[in-house]
Amino acid sequence: MAESDAAPVIRAAGLTKRYGSHTVVQDVSFAVSAGETLVLLGPSGCGKTTLLKMLNRLVEPDAGTVEINGQEVRGQQPEVLRRGMGYVIQQVGLLPHYSVADNVATVPRLLGHAPAAIAARTNELLHRLHLPPERFAARLPHELSGGQQQRVGLARALAAQPPIVLLDEPFGALDPVTRVQIRRDFRELEELRRTTVVLVTHDVVEAFELADRILLLDAGRVQQLGSPGELLFRPANEFVRRFFAAERLQLQLRTLTLADVQPFLPSSVPNPFTPHTTLQAALEQLTANANHQPSKAGLGIGALMQAFEQTIQTQQA
Amino acid sequence: MKTLTELLTFWQLQAGKLGEQTLQHIGLTAAALLLAVLVGVPVGIGLTRRPRWAPAVLGLAGILQTVPSIALLGFLIPLLGIGPRPAILALLLYSLLPIIRNTVTGIQGVSPAVVEAARGLGFTDWQVLRRVELPLALPVLFAGIRTATVIGVGVATLAAYVAAGGLGEFIFGGIALNNPVMILAGALPAAALALAFDAALASLQKLTTQRLAKVGAGLLVLLPLLGALYLLPRATSRLQAGFSPEFVGRADGLPGLQRAYGLRHLASVVLAPALVYEAARHADVDVIDGYSTDGRIRAYGLQVLRDNKRVFPPYYAAPVVRPALLRAHPELGAIFDRLTGQLTDSAMTELNYRVDYLHQEPRTVAEAFLRQRGLWRAPRPAVPGAAVVRLGSKIFAEQYILVEMYAALIRGGTNLAVETKTGLGGTTICFEALRSGAIDMYPEYTGTGLQVLLQPAPATIDSLGGKPAAVFAYVQREFRRRYGLEWLPPLGFNNTYALLMRRRQAQELEIESLSDLGSYLGH
Repeated sequence: MAESDAAPVIRAAGLTKRYGSHTVVQDVSFAVSAGETLVLLGPSGCGKTTLLKMLNRLVEPDAGTVEINGQEVRGQQPEVLRRGMGYVIQQVGLLPHYSVADNVATVPRLLGHAPAAIAARTNELLHRLHLPPERFAARLPHELSGGQQQRVGLARALAAQPPIVLLDEPFGALDPVTRVQIRRDFRELEELRRTTVVLVTHDVVEAFELADRILLLDAGRVQQLGSPGELLFRPANEFVRRFFAAERLQLQLRTLTLADVQPFLPSSVPNPFTPHTTLQAALEQLTANANHQPSKAGLGIGALMQAFEQTIQTQQA
Repeated sequence: MKTLTELLTFWQLQAGKLGEQTLQHIGLTAAALLLAVLVGVPVGIGLTRRPRWAPAVLGLAGILQTVPSIALLGFLIPLLGIGPRPAILALLLYSLLPIIRNTVTGIQGVSPAVVEAARGLGFTDWQVLRRVELPLALPVLFAGIRTATVIGVGVATLAAYVAAGGLGEFIFGGIALNNPVMILAGALPAAALALAFDAALASLQKLTTQRLAKVGAGLLVLLPLLGALYLLPRATSRLQAGFSPEFVGRADGLPGLQRAYGLRHLASVVLAPALVYEAARHADVDVIDGYSTDGRIRAYGLQVLRDNKRVFPPYYAAPVVRPALLRAHPELGAIFDRLTGQLTDSAMTELNYRVDYLHQEPRTVAEAFLRQRGLWRAPRPAVPGAAVVRLGSKIFAEQYILVEMYAALIRGGTNLAVETKTGLGGTTICFEALRSGAIDMYPEYTGTGLQVLLQPAPATIDSLGGKPAAVFAYVQREFRRRYGLEWLPPLGFNNTYALLMRRRQAQELEIESLSDLGSYLGH
C-alpha cells in the first residue's frame, strides 16, 4: 500500500502550469508507488485535470518534472509514453466508427500485439466488465447505454495491461445507480490491484471509497496529501476541514474500521466482522440482518455506534 | 414536340461534336475536381491545426466564389492565355470553397472527447488524423466534394468562352443565335451530367465510413483518368482558328464560308467574342472572326481577309425605330437623318479604335465626331415633363458610339429628353426590346436583320445576291410588314463579318483573300 519503500512509479516535482496570467497548477509535487491508488480531489477548476494530463503529456508543464519509473517523461516520445498508460475520460470518447471489440483492441494493436492474443484479451475484459462479447463485441458505441460505454472505456484502458492507469472523472457523467455499480465493479477488478492508479474526481465519497491516498487541491495548490483518515481527522488547514464538512459522518463511517473502534467494543460480545471491515459496511450488514433475523446475542448497532462515538472523541482530542 | 424533333435532329447531325464536347466537359470537371481535392483537403486540414487562419482563408475562398465566373476567366486570360489552363484554374478556384469549408467543418465536428481519448491512448498526430478525424469527417467532406462537382459541371460550360471546349460551345452558340434548340442541345447534357454526378456521389455518401474511405481512394485514381479524357487528340491543321460562338453557328458565318471556300481543313476552337482579338494578337490562334470596322483590327496589327466570293452579306448600319415615335415627334425624322451617309468604313474603324483601344469615352468620341462634321449643337435646357426618347444599343463599342451620337443630336435639336439603354446583351434582346416598346430605336445592321431576325429561305437570300441596296430594301419592306418597325436610311459604313489574321503572318504566307486561305489549307 502507501508506505512502500520501493522507488515510486510516478514522481511529480514542482509542477506548474499557467494559461496566460492564470496559474492553473502551482508547484505541485507528489509520488505514487506501485499498486497505489492516488485520488486527485478538489472543487471544479482547481487544476486536477490539468495535473493529470501533465502525467501523460497531454499538457506540457511550464515548470517542474514528471518521472515515470525514474525516467523523465520529457525525454520520451509522447505516443510511446501514453501507450504504456491506460487513459479514461468522463466523456468516454469511444471511437464512434469502431466496434466495441475494436475499441477495446485499440492500444494492443498500436503496440503490435498478436491478433489472437488481442482477441483473447478483449473477450476476457468484456466478460469481466459484464459485457458478454457475443452480445456486445460487434456493436457500435452509439448502440450502448452511458454505463456500458464507460465499461468499454475502462476495458480499452486496461486492454494492454498498462502498469499505470489515469482516470479523469470516469464516473462523473453517469446516473447515481449506474455510478455505484460501475464503481464497485471497478474496485473489484483484479487487474487494478497490481496497477498504479491516478484518478481525478470532485466527488468526496468516491475519493474515500477508492483512494489509498488523496491529494486535495484548491486553486492549483496542494492543500493536503495523505490517507483519507489523515485528511478527515487531521486536516492540514481550514479549507480541508470545510471541504469534508458536509459528508463528515458518512466519511467517518467509511474510513474507520472495526480495528479502529475495537478498544471501545465490549470484549465479551462475539464479533462477526474482520478487523478491516469499515463501520459503514458493518452497519449495512447489521441493518440488513435486522430485517431478516433480528440479531440474537451478537454485536448490536447500538454498541457499534457507541464505540464509534468514543473513537471520534479520541481522534479529535 | 417540334422542338424535341429538332433537338433530336440536331444531336443526330452533331453526334460527333456532342460526344467530343461531353468528354471534354467531363474531363475538365474531373481534372479541376482532382486538383481541388488535392489542394482543398490539405488546406482544410491545415486550417483545423491553425484555426486562427481559418477566417482569412475561408473568406478568400468565399470571395473567389462570388467573382462572376466570366470575370474570373477574364482575369486569368492575361496570365494563362486561352485554352484549358484558365478554364481548369477557374473551375478549381470555384470548387475550393465547398471542399475547404467542409473539410474544416467535418474535422471540427469530430467530438473533442474522441480526439482527446485517441491521443491519450497513444495515437500519433498522423494516426489521429488518418484513423479518427478523416474517417469521421468523411461524410461531411464528401458532401463538399459533391457540391463542388455540381458547381463544376455548371461552371465548366463557361470553358467554351476560353477555347477550352465542353458543352458550353452549343449553349453559347445557341444564345448568340437565339436558337433554343442549340441551347438545349448543350444545356440538357450538361444538366444530365450534373444530375448523374450528383446521384453517383449521393449513393456513395450512404456507404459506411470504412467503405467510403475505400471508394474515396478509388475516386482519386479515377479522376485523373477522367481528366485525361480532355487530352484525347483533336483535329489540328496548319493554321488554328478561334471563332466566337455566334459565328460558328450562323448560316452566314463559318458554315457558309466552308461551303464557298472549302475551309474544311481549318481546325477551330470556340471562345468568347471579347477574347478572339486578344487570342489572335497573342498568337494563341491564327485566324479569327471579327467585324470589319472593329477598332482593334488597326490596334492589334490585324488584317481583314478579302471576301472575294462575297459570302458575307452586306451589314450596313441603320437606325431601326418604332413608327409611333416618328408620328408623335415628327422633328426626330430630320434629326435621325443627319447621320445618313456620314460614316465611311474607315471613319467608323477610327472611332471604334479610339474607344476600344485608346479607352476614350464613347460619348467624348461621338461628340468630337459631331463637332468635326459641324453637326454639334449644345444640348437645350431640360424641359420639365418632356417626352423621353429611349435609345438602345448592343454590347460593343460601335453601338455605344452611335447611340451617343443620336443622343447628342436629339438633345441639341429637340426639347425631348433622352434615355440610353446601352449594353443590351444581343441582337434578339435589342429587337425584342424595340418590339415591346422598352426602347424606341437602336442601330441595326442589314445583314443581321436579314439573317438573324427575318431568316428567309436560302432561295430568297440568293435572289438578293448580296447587293447592299437590295438587302436594305428587303429588310425595310419585311420589317414593316411583319413587325411594323421602320428602317431609316443607312449611315454609310458596312460592318460585315470578316476573317482576320495577324498582318505579318498573312503577308508571310501570302494570304490576302479567303480563297488564298482555302488553297493554303488545302495543301
